[in-house]
Amino acid sequence: MIKRTAFFDMHVQNNGKMVPFAGFEMPVQFKGVIDEIKRVRSTVGVFDVSHMGEFIITGERRKEFVDYITTNSVASLEDHQVQYSNFLYENGGIVDDLLVYNLKDKIMLVVNASNCEKDFNWVMKNKWDDVNVENISDSISQLAVQGPVAEKVIAKLTSYPLEKMPFYYCAETKVCGIDMVISRTGYTGEDGFELYFYNENAKKMWDEIFKAGKEFDIEPIGLAARDTLRLEMRYMLYGNDITQDTTPLEAGTGWAVKMEKKDFIGRNALIKQKEDGLKRKLVCFEMLEKAIPRHGYEIFADDRKVGEVTSGNFSPSTEKYIGLGYVDSPFNKPGQDLFIEIRGKKKAVVVKPPFYKNATHK
Amino acid sequence: MNTPSNLKYTKTHEWVLIENNIATEGITDFAQSELSDIAFVELPEAGRKVAQGEAMGTIEAVKAVSDLVAALSGEIIEVNEALKNSPDKINTSAFGEGWIVKIKISNPDEAKNLMNADEYAKHCEESHH
Repeated sequence: MIKRTAFFDMHVQNNGKMVPFAGFEMPVQFKGVIDEIKRVRSTVGVFDVSHMGEFIITGERRKEFVDYITTNSVASLEDHQVQYSNFLYENGGIVDDLLVYNLKDKIMLVVNASNCEKDFNWVMKNKWDDVNVENISDSISQLAVQGPVAEKVIAKLTSYPLEKMPFYYCAETKVCGIDMVISRTGYTGEDGFELYFYNENAKKMWDEIFKAGKEFDIEPIGLAARDTLRLEMRYMLYGNDITQDTTPLEAGTGWAVKMEKKDFIGRNALIKQKEDGLKRKLVCFEMLEKAIPRHGYEIFADDRKVGEVTSGNFSPSTEKYIGLGYVDSPFNKPGQDLFIEIRGKKKAVVVKPPFYKNATHK
Repeated sequence: MNTPSNLKYTKTHEWVLIENNIATEGITDFAQSELSDIAFVELPEAGRKVAQGEAMGTIEAVKAVSDLVAALSGEIIEVNEALKNSPDKINTSAFGEGWIVKIKISNPDEAKNLMNADEYAKHCEESHH
């Protein structure tokens, strides 16, 4: 059965075009994808990301447990720090990418909507007897308020000193008098916050944020704009750019893998992959001809197939046609000429990330 | 959904206005809405002969790519050059400034293969489910 978030009625009122996504009816666009992208880059927009999954881990040894099931270092986290990480299979393939929130007395894991059930089963399978894991996804609403003026909007609604919250930190505080977790995080590259609260507060939060943001022309933003905003920053999307058949080393997120940890699931496979040398890497490329690369299109160099596109689109922020794809060594270094099969072979070149270099994130 | 009654429609969501044996063709309001923001259009060249149902161009939108199919057989006598710099005219005015090509019709009888506005509206409804 398809689910609706607590903001469904607001999306319909705002003429959101509703589509099925990861088991939810979600707005793919409101006024227009390009308008929405430009709004987030220049002022502020609001994303309903309530479809994301949240797991709560409690128990004395919660940090050790999460260290064991994720690739990044949980032991090193400060209070209320947030961290990008991965769940891996034993063979090094990615179960999901996620955020780890080191809250007071508990850890919150935020996972992709499309993987929520799979992830929960995987965590439970690997769970230790002395920790508790709870899937609270169905009772939590999440809004992402993103854009250069996001802090000005949220500051009107809370007495918490947001200016003191660094990038990838969070607080358990009140916004509009409502208890929530608020973090300085996002999937757009712009400054911004993600707010997690119980569903019963959804309408009040939505109304208050739009009232506070009115002077900045705040608008709701759909999934299509979110997809391009993240692509312009080279942020990966599970199912497209990372899957059970790719590893973090290939995807270029080795910085979120701490091999020095004595054990985590997938560690042995990654050590071996590192020793053997990487056969392919996820690269950023720009089209040199007018054509949109899309998921699954073939990539060529020296007249042979060297990879496939995993994500691609027109980037309004750079006015270029951009994409990501896994490309075999040695054809994956910046400056490498590539051809993408788009109704004939179209020229492209490997570039350094990110595509969009003027983002305002802290 | 806007479906002007003076136009004829294809199953692949093109519209044509037939006047004095010239067909002005574009894509419908439904099509532009389904495709979302159009990034560019690969236009056919004037002078090319096309057959009804033939893919003669490509519409690249942010969300998807779509063929532009000839609604009628004939010779392309004009393409909308304005779309090269402003493909968004298709989004803002699918039945007006967003027209794509003009075709000199070689076989007027083929018009019977096209839908009228009511039939097309019904076709869109079915495409939605």
